[in-house]
Amino acid sequence: MAITTAPPEKPVKVVEPGSGTGSRTTRLLGLACLIGVAVLMVFAFALTEADLVQQDVVRMIYIHVPSAIAGYTGFVITAIASVMVLWKKSMWWDIVAVAGAEIGLLFTGLMLATGVIWGRPTWNTWWEWGDVRLMTSLMLFLVYVGYLAYRRVVPSADVRARRSAIIALVGVINVPIVNRSVEWWASRTLHQQSSLSDGKLEDLTLFTLAMGFVVFAMIFAWMLMHRFRIGWLELQADTVGLQAAMAERRAQMEADIDDAVAHPGVNDPTEGGST
Amino acid sequence: MTHLGYLIAGWGIVLGAMAVYAFSLARRGRELSARVPADRQRWMTTPDRVDAGGPNR
Repeated sequence: MAITTAPPEKPVKVVEPGSGTGSRTTRLLGLACLIGVAVLMVFAFALTEADLVQQDVVRMIYIHVPSAIAGYTGFVITAIASVMVLWKKSMWWDIVAVAGAEIGLLFTGLMLATGVIWGRPTWNTWWEWGDVRLMTSLMLFLVYVGYLAYRRVVPSADVRARRSAIIALVGVINVPIVNRSVEWWASRTLHQQSSLSDGKLEDLTLFTLAMGFVVFAMIFAWMLMHRFRIGWLELQADTVGLQAAMAERRAQMEADIDDAVAHPGVNDPTEGGST
Repeated sequence: MTHLGYLIAGWGIVLGAMAVYAFSLARRGRELSARVPADRQRWMTTPDRVDAGGPNR
């Protein structure tokens, strides 16, 4: 999985050291995310109506469902990148894989947290251990905690990339299971069936939920770009550090050789020199 | 508004966690970019090249 870092063939833009992973695109996207969150909150809290049964707590839907979809998206990206890692033996795709996993884990954690908070007033319980949707979601979360933890304990980049790709491909099998669990095991869950497919959402509620998807997609994209660039910089920093260490070692060896040539017999135990 | 505490907790956790993660990404990026020579920060320097460890390598 050697990474070639050929020098650029044409003049390049000057980058200020420590200027970060931002670019014009990410700055514009970040601004759009902030505006999007503000508009989403206006729609979620001021313009949409409360539900007749759930009352105002139904406004959790605008963050809970987009968090779930963003989490799934992160793990699917990780799976696709993992296939590419195994196929192309590319560290570039390994960086994409870990970026998708980390962001997917964040959003899955938020999906679980908002689900717990939403469940208390709706189901009168924070958590139900026998609920298939809750348990499969928790398993999904824990598998990717394991994925990221495993990556921290394997020092070899090649082995780490290959083995974690296999973990990711096994873990992603759980995504459709989580998503379909409320249909497949309807009698074993408190969770309602898909809000989107049952056609019960009113127009403005549906529009605001769609807006939530768009805003979370923009946030996801912003995070993915930055996280990829961080992964790329980590790889480059390791390479630079390794090259510096090798140069230092080479210089030390050359100095030792020069010293041995200048002072033959010194430090040679066979000639009675000091050891 | 009913269930205000639950709504504040849910929305607060989501927006807060996303903000914390976003700031941590920005901070990690600044620290790392200070350690890496400019010519190795590929996405800013040679965006049209893929042979510097691009997706096909």
